[in-house]
Amino acid sequence: MASLRPGEANLGTTIMAVEFDGGVVVGADSRTTTGAYIANRVTDKLTKVHDHIYCCRSGSAADTQAVADIVKYHLDMYSSQHGEAPTVKVAASLFQEICYQNKNNLSAGIIVAGWDARDGASVYEIPLGGSIHRQTFAIGGSGSTYIYGYCDKVFRVGMTKEQCVEFVKNSVSLAMTRDGSSGGVVRLAVITKDNVERIFVPGNMLPEQYLG
Amino acid sequence: MTSIGTGYDLSVSTYSPDGRVFQVEYAQKAVDNSGTALGLRVKDGVVLAVEKIKHSRLLVPHANRRIMTAGKHIGVATAGWISDTRHLVKRVRDEARDYRSTYKVDIPAKIIAERTGMYAQAYTLYSAVRPFGVSTIIGTVDADGPQLYMIEPSGQYVGYRGCAAGKGKQVAKTEIEKLNLDQMTAREAIKEAARIIYAAHDDSKDKLFELELSWICAESNGLHTHVPQNLFDEAIQHAERSLNDDEDDDEMEGDDE
Repeated sequence: MASLRPGEANLGTTIMAVEFDGGVVVGADSRTTTGAYIANRVTDKLTKVHDHIYCCRSGSAADTQAVADIVKYHLDMYSSQHGEAPTVKVAASLFQEICYQNKNNLSAGIIVAGWDARDGASVYEIPLGGSIHRQTFAIGGSGSTYIYGYCDKVFRVGMTKEQCVEFVKNSVSLAMTRDGSSGGVVRLAVITKDNVERIFVPGNMLPEQYLG
Repeated sequence: MTSIGTGYDLSVSTYSPDGRVFQVEYAQKAVDNSGTALGLRVKDGVVLAVEKIKHSRLLVPHANRRIMTAGKHIGVATAGWISDTRHLVKRVRDEARDYRSTYKVDIPAKIIAERTGMYAQAYTLYSAVRPFGVSTIIGTVDADGPQLYMIEPSGQYVGYRGCAAGKGKQVAKTEIEKLNLDQMTAREAIKEAARIIYAAHDDSKDKLFELELSWICAESNGLHTHVPQNLFDEAIQHAERSLNDDEDDDEMEGDDE
């Protein structure tokens, strides 16, 4: 089974995506580690694979970057051949196929989210084994284990865009304080039909919480 | 065919001086000798029909189908060589399955038509091969609704609301043009398709033939299937009745003269 080799950069991470009416909010922390050393404290783990489709990467930095590059290539080919943008489902299926076929050599947990004209907003989670799950919201990465309870309690169906942004910001920053492999800043992207809005929350502007 | 014997019709890899590839035109001839095939794209589905000419009374009814299924939602009706057809349909099936295993969604009509067209076109390029003697009518209902395409031996593919190929294509096309396809339902269209195949059939040349009818619509659960027996019988009755009516009209016209 895939495991990190000595010195391999790890996205021991907190990632998240939430659907709302008309779009999705994706979010992630910004810590990349090689063992105990923080190789990058302002990483961008939200990667654009098409105009309105993003993926949140967790696991090996190298593996997930490579997979995202391959999917991006396929989606570019898709849109020029079909004359229209791919659906989020198609993008997620491509990720899933690559992750499943190469499961013994990859360490990649990916959330795919975005907006398309056919299905509207959608979120897909592709965890370690290469399965695929459509969800209204998804959390992933090592930090996510600390916030399952919080997310299940706070999430409401039909939240507005602003409520979703707050939900993601709060959840990710809670995970960041408990998980040693997550931290830094919170990066967000709000993907709607019209545009993609990037939001940056610096480390000293994170939501208030009990810090012991 | 004034150019026969000039030597430019022996290979697809050689153009004639006036820019034609004769082997492709001969392939089209092979299609024109075949029983009629037609497709109708209507408001709620697609209907395919074929006049299967039988060369013997000993053939088992419904054997050697010329309408085939290439995917759950893809129907293929052909005019031309049946053996070439089977090869091409295998390719259509492979493309449909391949697309689904990559993208996990059904292949859109435009893409299956393009890929089949590309495949047929490759057989117009090399001296070692001959073009397919088949016109392939592909009917599907995809995410954008009912779609109909026809692929020629040259590899050219065009989307249609109604199309026909084979012996009776002129008669069939004239009849199809009279139909109001955008307002028609699939149930109505199978009757019309049967009527047109019967009208295009030339009894003096080919005595024996069998009608094949298939559809994709809500009533077939979005799947490509042969039409149910009761509707099939109804369609044949309708076709025979309108054929007889036409003959009566002809006789009356004769009396007046």
